[in-house]
Amino acid sequence: MTLTLLEIVALGLLGAAVLLSLLRLILGPTAPDRVVAADTLAVITTSGLVILAALLGSPLYLDVALIYGTLAFVGVVAIARTIEGNG
Amino acid sequence: MTTKSIQQPEPGFVHGLFLYLLVFTLWMLLVGNLDTAEMAAGVVVALIVTLASRPHLSILAGLIISPSALLPLLRYLGTFIVALVQANLDMARRVLSPSLPLQPAVVEVETKLKSSLGRLILANSITLTPGTLTVDVQDEVLLVHWVDAPPGSDRLSTTKAITSKFEQHLKGFVL
Amino acid sequence: MRLIADLFLVVGAAFTLFGAIGLIRMPDVYNRIQAGTKAVTLGSLCLLIGIALLYPAWWSKLLVIGVLILITNPLGSSTIARALLKAGVKPWSKASVSQPGEADR
Repeated sequence: MTLTLLEIVALGLLGAAVLLSLLRLILGPTAPDRVVAADTLAVITTSGLVILAALLGSPLYLDVALIYGTLAFVGVVAIARTIEGNG
Repeated sequence: MTTKSIQQPEPGFVHGLFLYLLVFTLWMLLVGNLDTAEMAAGVVVALIVTLASRPHLSILAGLIISPSALLPLLRYLGTFIVALVQANLDMARRVLSPSLPLQPAVVEVETKLKSSLGRLILANSITLTPGTLTVDVQDEVLLVHWVDAPPGSDRLSTTKAITSKFEQHLKGFVL
Repeated sequence: MRLIADLFLVVGAAFTLFGAIGLIRMPDVYNRIQAGTKAVTLGSLCLLIGIALLYPAWWSKLLVIGVLILITNPLGSSTIARALLKAGVKPWSKASVSQPGEADR
């Protein structure tokens, strides 16, 4: 499908959000900061997968987004448990 | 979330039925059409899932299932959506202002909700409302990280400011 | 119709970006969690609504994804925050602010 100007703007904003989150992931400075950045990135990725489904016009990617969101949540809880255990 | 030392009401048959309908609805939403074959499969799958999750059914026991619970539920959803949008405008304003206006503190708030489900929903609501993040739930006290805590606020005033608007609707449909 | 959908998409992407900016600018982990969770949750929901307006046939699955994000995202953030507090990460505060949470503990 051809994109309208607003849609291109939206994609740009979303791309900038991903880059900033990645920056926080790289900069740290502590492990918890990276966990928070990774959590945020995971949620952005979930909605990103939905947008990918729309761009490709294929609802198959919606299932991918659903599974990805669920697994990301489980991962975050697992990491949180690890942090808690070390404390 | 800590659930120990909460007096948990026993789940009844209605809660099982509710879970069954919930699972069946989820199945139908995922399938996305109204084929007879898919529906038949859904009836069986939902039954298996409901039976398999019976040991955990007590989570739902706090739910009040009656027609009178519908109105508080809708009111709660309305309050929640308004609060969510407010929270985001508030956060956007803070993040974008050059001076970064913050006055964070960890405060305590009380809840009158008895069930773990009620406290879970309340904690989630607090996390998504302006400037607050639930950190821990210890029985009837919730630890909340507040971005803009007024200096010298005590537990009563924070409870009033943070939880009361949700709790008045929440207590209509959870214990 | 397409215009409304596009507006939802832009607003959603903008909120997501604000969340990411918050992630960079906020002074400590707890504030970063706050900015990240709230903005990204509403941002994602707006994006999902936008897509649902573009592809009305997908509404059921988009609804499931939306509810999933709405439930798991704040829950995950609270779990991280609790773990941090238990691990002894102190919240950042301006010197003048008293911390009622610490006083009677």
